[in-house]
Amino acid sequence: MTIDETPRGPGSGGESHGMGRSRTTARDLERYAGLFARRTQRMKSSAMRDLMAITARPEVISLAGGLPDTTTFPAEDLAALMARVAADASARALQYGPTEGMDELKSCIVQVMAEEGMDVGADDLLVTTGGQQVIDLVCKTLIDPGDVIVAEGPTYPGAVPTFGAYEADVVQIPMDADGMRVDLLEQALDGLERDGRTPKFIYSVPTFQNPAGVTMELERRRRLVRIAAERELLVLEDNPYGLLRYEGEPLPPLYALDRGEYVIYLGTFSKILSPGLRLGWTAAPRPVLEKLNLAKQGTDLCSSTFGQHFVIEYFARRDWRDLLGSLRDLYQRRRDTMLDALGEHLPREATWTRPAGGLFIWATLPEYIDTTDLLARALREHVAFVPGRAAYLDGRGGSAMRLNFSGVTESDVREGVARIGTVVSEQVRLYSALTGEAAAGPRRPAASSPQAEGAQIVPLRRRAG
Amino acid sequence: MSRISVLAGGQSLERQVSLRSGARVRDALALRGYEVTAIDVGPDLVDRLTESRPDVAFVALHGRDGEDGTVQEILELIGVPYTASGPSACMRCMDKVLTKHTMRDAGLPTPDFYAFSQTAFESLGAARALPAIEERLEFPIVVKPAAQGSALGVRFAPTAAEVPAAIVAAFSYDTKVLLERYVDGRELAISVLDGPSGPEALPVVEAIPRGGDHYDFEARYEIGKTEFICPAALDDETTRHAQGVALDAYRVLGCYGFARVDLILDGTTGEPTVLEANAIPGLTETSLLPQAAEAAGISFAAFVERVLDLALARTPA
Repeated sequence: MTIDETPRGPGSGGESHGMGRSRTTARDLERYAGLFARRTQRMKSSAMRDLMAITARPEVISLAGGLPDTTTFPAEDLAALMARVAADASARALQYGPTEGMDELKSCIVQVMAEEGMDVGADDLLVTTGGQQVIDLVCKTLIDPGDVIVAEGPTYPGAVPTFGAYEADVVQIPMDADGMRVDLLEQALDGLERDGRTPKFIYSVPTFQNPAGVTMELERRRRLVRIAAERELLVLEDNPYGLLRYEGEPLPPLYALDRGEYVIYLGTFSKILSPGLRLGWTAAPRPVLEKLNLAKQGTDLCSSTFGQHFVIEYFARRDWRDLLGSLRDLYQRRRDTMLDALGEHLPREATWTRPAGGLFIWATLPEYIDTTDLLARALREHVAFVPGRAAYLDGRGGSAMRLNFSGVTESDVREGVARIGTVVSEQVRLYSALTGEAAAGPRRPAASSPQAEGAQIVPLRRRAG
Repeated sequence: MSRISVLAGGQSLERQVSLRSGARVRDALALRGYEVTAIDVGPDLVDRLTESRPDVAFVALHGRDGEDGTVQEILELIGVPYTASGPSACMRCMDKVLTKHTMRDAGLPTPDFYAFSQTAFESLGAARALPAIEERLEFPIVVKPAAQGSALGVRFAPTAAEVPAAIVAAFSYDTKVLLERYVDGRELAISVLDGPSGPEALPVVEAIPRGGDHYDFEARYEIGKTEFICPAALDDETTRHAQGVALDAYRVLGCYGFARVDLILDGTTGEPTVLEANAIPGLTETSLLPQAAEAAGISFAAFVERVLDLALARTPA
């Protein structure tokens, strides 16, 4: 057999080329592509995804996760509570439950929200499968293709694929050390209005933002809530970390300031108890809540009844604030360790945020360093972080990175940051050698780079001390 | 021959693609009645191979460890017949600088280039040579890590200002980088498959990025992001010429079994020029070699079986 011959007859003339081409192309490579919904075009895969797959290797110190430390939960306690669920409520725990969630669980949620000064009724709540589901359900309920969502820049990387899947146009508002620049938000809203476009909702993580680690100050919170009311826009307040404050006075959530009129609140048990439970919730204006409930029915009927029983048992038999307290202590030490390590190991050209709570620090490197490429280098030193680009929908964030301090031990935090410091310093040195600029000199004005706007997004304070 | 180990996964940045290639090979072999074991290549590789003693190892690894000859050395050492190229050809393909030197020495076409190690920039002042290089290569210049199978770390530098950052990025993947003349033209992939009468070129695949203007990592592996045309709409003479160049490259590099040669058909001269060769190209549903084989009437299963036969044919009895 001559391999050069195509199976489709006289493969030489121009016409048969055309025929063979369309058949082969369409057939196999595109066999599945033809079946995909249009929105999958927006579900982006990336080099980053393949890199992130490697961060799961056991020898890698991963500062890339958003993981709480679940080792603090005593195993015997888990066993005892599970045994109780089995003994007291076996049949019910194994059964379907109501879509909106079990009443006893809602009482637990009311307690948790009261802890942050929110007054909510059980009827205002919908129990969800993790906080992530709230983002999905809100999009499912509000977003038609091409609708606008306003978010922070950088925004929660986990929301990016959700926004994409619903074919939303996302406008990202820069932040500074005090959170979203609400003045720029108003400008953006005015601009949208001039174009005849009204955003459906504003997505914000106002407290200990993921990924930036910053917190929106009080006056901005008030103004944001006022803007939403004046313009009749919804705000999705994503608040997984509010109770993980390590210093300073708590600020009222947007939901408390607005009393549930335009704010849809997202809460979760993931960071105060366990993400493995996959239990979160939303509190929303009643008409919105009803639609969210219908949307959830289509998605999964109800969240895990078994998990709900466990939480109910946990709240009944233990003081949930105890675990929270010990997590706070643990994470605060890890945060301090990371801040110290950053000061020690990152070159002068780098800046980073100093979060008063939560799980993340956002570091910004010189604009000539691409953190997606840097991750490949860092993985050779067995350390990982999230490249900043994951927190933007438009390719910005290329020289920033998100660092998590809650999921690894203090010694791993130190070692991980030291390794990142090594590879960053190496690239700074290399760049200096290439350009003839001095490496550790005073801060360069961001002149030569087209990516300067990416670097200015979170122009936060330099290292402490 | 009935017991086959499929080696896939490993530690390279192309692990995910390799796992998909490996799974597809495994499925095809299992359907044909072979006794197949899949080995995710790790520290226990030698133990697992000595234990299982397969008749043939099918190497479906991409990137470091698999495509650079390391695993092939181990297989030779413990005497397990394996598919595709031997260690030296793998090394020549994995290192783009070595590939290009080999091509140039043999008088085969490849875009002009200069290569540097990290040390050259850090302690030999190679940066001083950049203006001269830029003058010779002309902008835009393509900057690549020497050893990265996918398009990770490949940058186009349109002006001198972008060159340093592109070089820094490329050094994220390897200690050696390549600065290459950009050739504007059509992107062709020509797979070569050995047969009873020696290596033969399969129908040419042309890659046309859809909606974008560059051939990036995403486009390479995601269904629907790049349009692939096979056989490419080229006249017979151009097709034969390009296939001839690919075959020459295959022979000069010392490949065996199968490989894929990526070329650019220069938009101004109409001549094919070789960018790189892949000793173990992707074998996933969206990969080019299986498509080219199918266009030639060779099913994936038939391809896999032929490659196994070739592996045994190479081994002294």
